[in-house]
Amino acid sequence: MIPPPPLADAPHLKNWLQVSEDKELIFFTGRVELGQGNTTALLMMIADELDVLPSSIILETARTDLTPNEGITAGSMSITIGGQALRWVASALKMQLLEIASKRLRIHAKNLSIYEGHIFNKGKKTECSFTDFFDGLDLTNKIVDDAKPKTFGERRKCFRDINRIDLESQLFGAPFIHDLKFDGMLYGAPVHPPSAHSHLADLDLEILKGRPGVIKVVRDGSFVGIIASTSYYAKKAASWARNNGKWESNIKEPFNLFENIKNLDTKPETVIESSDVNKNSGTWFEITASRPFIYHGSIGPATAVAKVGNDKITIYTHSQGVFQLRQAIAKVLNTAEEKICVIHKPGSGCYGHNGADDVAFDAVLMAKSIPGKFLKVVWSRFDEFHSSPMGASMVTKSRALLSSDDRLVAFDVELNSTPHTNRPSANFPNLLAAGYLANPISPSRTPDVPVARGGGADRNAIPSYEVGGVRVRKRIIYDTPYRTSALRSLGAYCNVVANEALLDTIAKQIEVEPIAFRLDHTTDPRSRDILERLDYETKKDRATTNEEGIGWGIGFARYKGLGGYCAVMVRVHVGENVSVTDAISVSDVGEAVSPDGVKNQVEGGIIQSISWTLKECVPVDGFSATAESWTDYPILKFSEIPIMRTILIDRPEEKPLGAGEISQGPTGAAIVNAVADAIGCHVTNLPITRDAIISTINAED
Amino acid sequence: MSKTNESISLIINGLKYKIKVDPDTPLLFVLRDNLGLCATRYGCGEATCGACTVIVDGQAVMSCDISLGAVAEKSVQTAEGMQAMPSHPLLESFIKYQAGQCGYCLTGILMASKALLEKEPLATRKRIAEVLDSNLCRCGAHARILDAVEEAGKFMSKGL
Ligand code: FES
Ligand code: FES
Repeated sequence: MIPPPPLADAPHLKNWLQVSEDKELIFFTGRVELGQGNTTALLMMIADELDVLPSSIILETARTDLTPNEGITAGSMSITIGGQALRWVASALKMQLLEIASKRLRIHAKNLSIYEGHIFNKGKKTECSFTDFFDGLDLTNKIVDDAKPKTFGERRKCFRDINRIDLESQLFGAPFIHDLKFDGMLYGAPVHPPSAHSHLADLDLEILKGRPGVIKVVRDGSFVGIIASTSYYAKKAASWARNNGKWESNIKEPFNLFENIKNLDTKPETVIESSDVNKNSGTWFEITASRPFIYHGSIGPATAVAKVGNDKITIYTHSQGVFQLRQAIAKVLNTAEEKICVIHKPGSGCYGHNGADDVAFDAVLMAKSIPGKFLKVVWSRFDEFHSSPMGASMVTKSRALLSSDDRLVAFDVELNSTPHTNRPSANFPNLLAAGYLANPISPSRTPDVPVARGGGADRNAIPSYEVGGVRVRKRIIYDTPYRTSALRSLGAYCNVVANEALLDTIAKQIEVEPIAFRLDHTTDPRSRDILERLDYETKKDRATTNEEGIGWGIGFARYKGLGGYCAVMVRVHVGENVSVTDAISVSDVGEAVSPDGVKNQVEGGIIQSISWTLKECVPVDGFSATAESWTDYPILKFSEIPIMRTILIDRPEEKPLGAGEISQGPTGAAIVNAVADAIGCHVTNLPITRDAIISTINAED
Repeated sequence: MSKTNESISLIINGLKYKIKVDPDTPLLFVLRDNLGLCATRYGCGEATCGACTVIVDGQAVMSCDISLGAVAEKSVQTAEGMQAMPSHPLLESFIKYQAGQCGYCLTGILMASKALLEKEPLATRKRIAEVLDSNLCRCGAHARILDAVEEAGKFMSKGL
């Protein structure tokens, strides 16, 4: 077995665990809880490997002074990589404990086992607990020397489907970073320029200082921060400043996004070219899909707590990458990384790179002026909608070549996209406020995620079928006035929509059932299982509907081409607007560590994607995003939720794959195809609003 | 420079409080910052997301949208109060259905549902959804939340 990658930089037991004086076993993970339930799943994996109860383990999530650096918690990799590492750690620990027990009890190690924390000899319970041997542990041992992680047949199923460990505190407690409190803590609010490309022209700082509750006003370049005695006063003063200050845009001409994004003239970068897509003959089909900017739209705004001491900066954050945030802040402040300690605390779900990192830097900038005191900074809804990175707008044009015997023999994808990644790092700090300090460090061009890591804009540009030669070309459009970064599933959403709508168009043209056409181009057994199961589960319902305005559609993809599989079938009603009435999905994520947790993630992805596909579009004016509150950016509501059926094909013998991002693309595609089933044309200029439908129908006429 | 305030009394989760804070301060900030009752969440501060929902004299109210002065002498329930009722049907069903992901929206939804079910325990799924339309959830936990609230209503109607 190849050791999981995180063990390379953190090879010793002591990198991953500690035993407290009270004999508590504390495991460390470099991963963070983003609301996806991964701490619960990681805990289950440790407990299962160690054969102890989950309640007897403490799990500490990412903090730079304690846990290994596992990079960014993103891309559905927590269980696949982070969980596997913890299994090895737990196994190495168990092997060492049994070895110590064997020596002390004079029993051969192979006769000893652990069950629910008790030591067993040949299956008989002894007097000893596994904690009795903690004193003999050598945590400097190398994990790979001792670890023999269980094979799937040895795993115990009893820990699966334990409840989320954090649900009760979510229901009546105070588990969020927003709820942190320290003695003498003050409250801050930034006053960001209305876009990343404008500067402060005029603001009366003296009047601002005199507003109720204001203790200090910090200004550096165009950054203004207010420190107040309560969060209410900080917020009120910030909104006064916003209404009374003047900012000027550094860009004079408005930027026409669609002209730029649809302009296919410059030379694209060829990402993949498996063979010459033009060498075969047949009929070419083509479809273009586009999506606007989409907000992450966390319900709780970006928040951070910071304290700047003499020799040390402490930051509490809900960032996805505490080590990367530390590097970026160290770089901007020109300080040694060791002087900064970054600790993760759960925030509201982030769905990618939202304002979490930016607000942490805001907090540091302000806390510098009150040394030794904790400062909590909470963004306003206005900040969320104006200052946080948005999900990238993009356009995907997919072409497919159909041979005379109705087989796909070439597939050609060309896409134009604003950047899908602008995360902070040492090379590219990418912290909003750093761009408008007196000595600015402007946002830089971060390279797109390479294909080897699942791709960025081109993620899932290759369809999950056998389609002959494939070519993928892309253009990343940098230097727009808009700031974009990772939103769940990156380019996969738009690419899957384009590819699946294209397949549907072709199937319709040659009068083959959409599922049958997909199966005709699928030999991979796991993909076939998914498609056949979805067909079976929905066949009866599909056969019985032929009402006006009702349509059914399917979408399928294997996330990143190597992650989890998901197929979604939806039923839509197209009336005044489009609504999704039913959503049935079949997923395969290999070993589902927590089957209910996986289903929850898949359902969440489906609902979020319905919202993106039918409703969401960030309003922009050529200079910046213009939404100010939720009323300007409606998202899916309770009364718009479909009836859902979520089916999981469990494959305990396979390696676990992530679930958080597998359903967005397939859902968007299923809706587009269902709408086409209902009205006869594929509306692919997302979102599918009434206007989009009308303009598509007009264009086809 | 805050005004010199008279103290205001109100009841929160059955306990009497006397608070000396600017009466114009929205209840949300008083709960979170002055009283340390953080289970009421700040989402938007402008009555558009429902994260801050509490119950005032039996009615679901967005606490960012009502001032401290306006709840003087009234009885307020926040999600902290649920802790004392671990077997409340709503808590049991939220846990049974694992209804939530990041959980940020949940306390507001819990309070909005409690206010509804106490008046209409047999509210249909459609009715529950309509009422919860004032509460946003971005994680997409809606279907489970509806299952949980519907089932809790059934228990509450039996007086359990
Ligand atoms: S915080 Fe009160 S409704 Fe959003
Ligand atoms: S569970 Fe995250 S917002 Fe509802």
